[in-house]
Amino acid sequence: MSQTDNYEAAAAGATTDVARFDAGDKGIIGRFHHLLHTTPALVPLIVLIAALTLFGVLLGSKFFSPFALTLILQQVQIVGVLAAAQSLVILTAGIDLSVGAIAVLCSVIMGQFTFRYGIPAPIAVALGLAAGTAIGAVSGWLVSRVKLPPFIVTLGMWQIVLAANYLYSANETIRAQDIEAEAPFLQFLGLKMQLAGATFTLGVLLMIALVLILAYALRHTAWGRHVYAVGDDPEAAELSGVNVHGTLMSVYMLVGFICGLAGWVMIGRFGSVSPSATTGVIGNIQSITAVVIGGISLFGGRGSILGAFFGALIVGVFELGLRMAGANPQWTFLLIGALIIGAVAVDQWIRKVTA
Amino acid sequence: MEPILKARGLVKRFGKVTAIDHADFDLMPGEILAVIGDNGAGKSSLIKAVSGALTPDAGTVTLDGRTVAFRSPIEAREAGIETVYQQLAMSPALSIADNMFMGRELRRQGLLGRWFRMLDKPAMQAFAREKLNELGLATIQNINQAVESLSGGQRQGVAVARAAAFGSKVVILDEPTAALGVKESRRVLELIQDVKSRGIPIILISHNMPHVFEVADRIHVHRLGKRLCVVKPGDCTMSDAVAYMTGAKLPEAPAAA
Repeated sequence: MSQTDNYEAAAAGATTDVARFDAGDKGIIGRFHHLLHTTPALVPLIVLIAALTLFGVLLGSKFFSPFALTLILQQVQIVGVLAAAQSLVILTAGIDLSVGAIAVLCSVIMGQFTFRYGIPAPIAVALGLAAGTAIGAVSGWLVSRVKLPPFIVTLGMWQIVLAANYLYSANETIRAQDIEAEAPFLQFLGLKMQLAGATFTLGVLLMIALVLILAYALRHTAWGRHVYAVGDDPEAAELSGVNVHGTLMSVYMLVGFICGLAGWVMIGRFGSVSPSATTGVIGNIQSITAVVIGGISLFGGRGSILGAFFGALIVGVFELGLRMAGANPQWTFLLIGALIIGAVAVDQWIRKVTA
Repeated sequence: MEPILKARGLVKRFGKVTAIDHADFDLMPGEILAVIGDNGAGKSSLIKAVSGALTPDAGTVTLDGRTVAFRSPIEAREAGIETVYQQLAMSPALSIADNMFMGRELRRQGLLGRWFRMLDKPAMQAFAREKLNELGLATIQNINQAVESLSGGQRQGVAVARAAAFGSKVVILDEPTAALGVKESRRVLELIQDVKSRGIPIILISHNMPHVFEVADRIHVHRLGKRLCVVKPGDCTMSDAVAYMTGAKLPEAPAAA
């Protein structure tokens, strides 16, 4: 090494100050971009407020009343709970097409266990939640251990669960008045509370509490950081010491459990237990729509669950607002389609770190 | 003296490709052992086999006199082996502090930590900041910035700082200076000496011969999936080492030292 001059010594006098750069005046758009980059849930929140303002101006107090606004919450409670579950899976770069079907099967289990076998309603509810968790565990195991793509696993699980639901229930509906008379606990989440014209059901409160708890867990616990890391890059997560299998299993089981909760919310909302509830067929698409409008990346690892909640509310606001305005319901679907594409376009713009 | 980390007869095959072919490996307490070899000689596979990222098909690994069989990097880490991989193993969307503490997060004291499992973000950020400053990575402006916004060299620096901060028995560095500038490379070499002075042995994989000859106590020459020989920097020249690892010349006393 004699021929080299000691070039490294020249770095000895290097400055040790933390580098500072003049960020430059990026203008209002630049600063707004930075804000969106650091807080991704802001985009759906802005859209939500804009939609509320728009319909408020157009429809006046008919729409902007405590009654109508809380009606939106009641109408989105099932999709909202399912979207919370869907967010978790999508954050791990997965997708769950079976969420709606699991919810319906769980509601059927809760109802049939009570009426067919005479099991006390609270125990039947617990068994329904356990069944949801078990289905989630099967999906999680297939994804994490057998390494099947989540899309395939849950596409199959969707059909299996939905068929099992019809076979087991023999397509029998349990009527609302029977439940009310014999097992009111099944409708527990439908309990209403009035507050100055606003109506809250326990199901709505459950949805809000669930979103807040999950938002906390994702942001402030090690488990939450691991969910993001697994969605971001599972190999890197494994090498840096994350139990990837355990994290995936916990996510899919929690998703199954939350779908069970959604099933219980369904009984509260509809009063009856019906194996042919539309949630079983379109619940998955509705929840994925809410998640995408909420700005969570389908590639995993980015986004916030609050965004998905706002996404569900945006859909609810459009549905109720357009119906009150007397528009053809197809306008709702058309606008939501445009919103999905718009949301992803905005998302791409935000992603650009150097803008 | 007994080696702190020892491997005997390791074999790893990927289909028809043999990555490790009955390789032996010894790391003595408190030393810096450099591992050199041509591209594809199987250096990284060897390191992965002793650090739990690969499960060898045959052979034994002994840590501190006890036979170990790590099934995952987590188990190796729990045993005190800390590794910086070539691909760095970072989650791009998460912050520097999140990445440094991935898998060993600190929780708040008391009720918030025990019942709500709340992370102690201020403590983790302060620790991460301190470790990066030790490494002279002052060009990192914000400890909460996402790793994807760092340059390649800064990411490398974060990965090295993480290993140096947490390694208790063995620190393994796979090409730690490959993406670094002159000043940062020098810092990493100083850091290696610093870790050594704490009594923790280091395995350094590098193609940079001046760096290897400067810091290594012994040099393990890897060729065609096995250990060709071990030399001391004082006993041979850089040209000899390069000749050994490329097969241009055979060592006089195989597996000496």
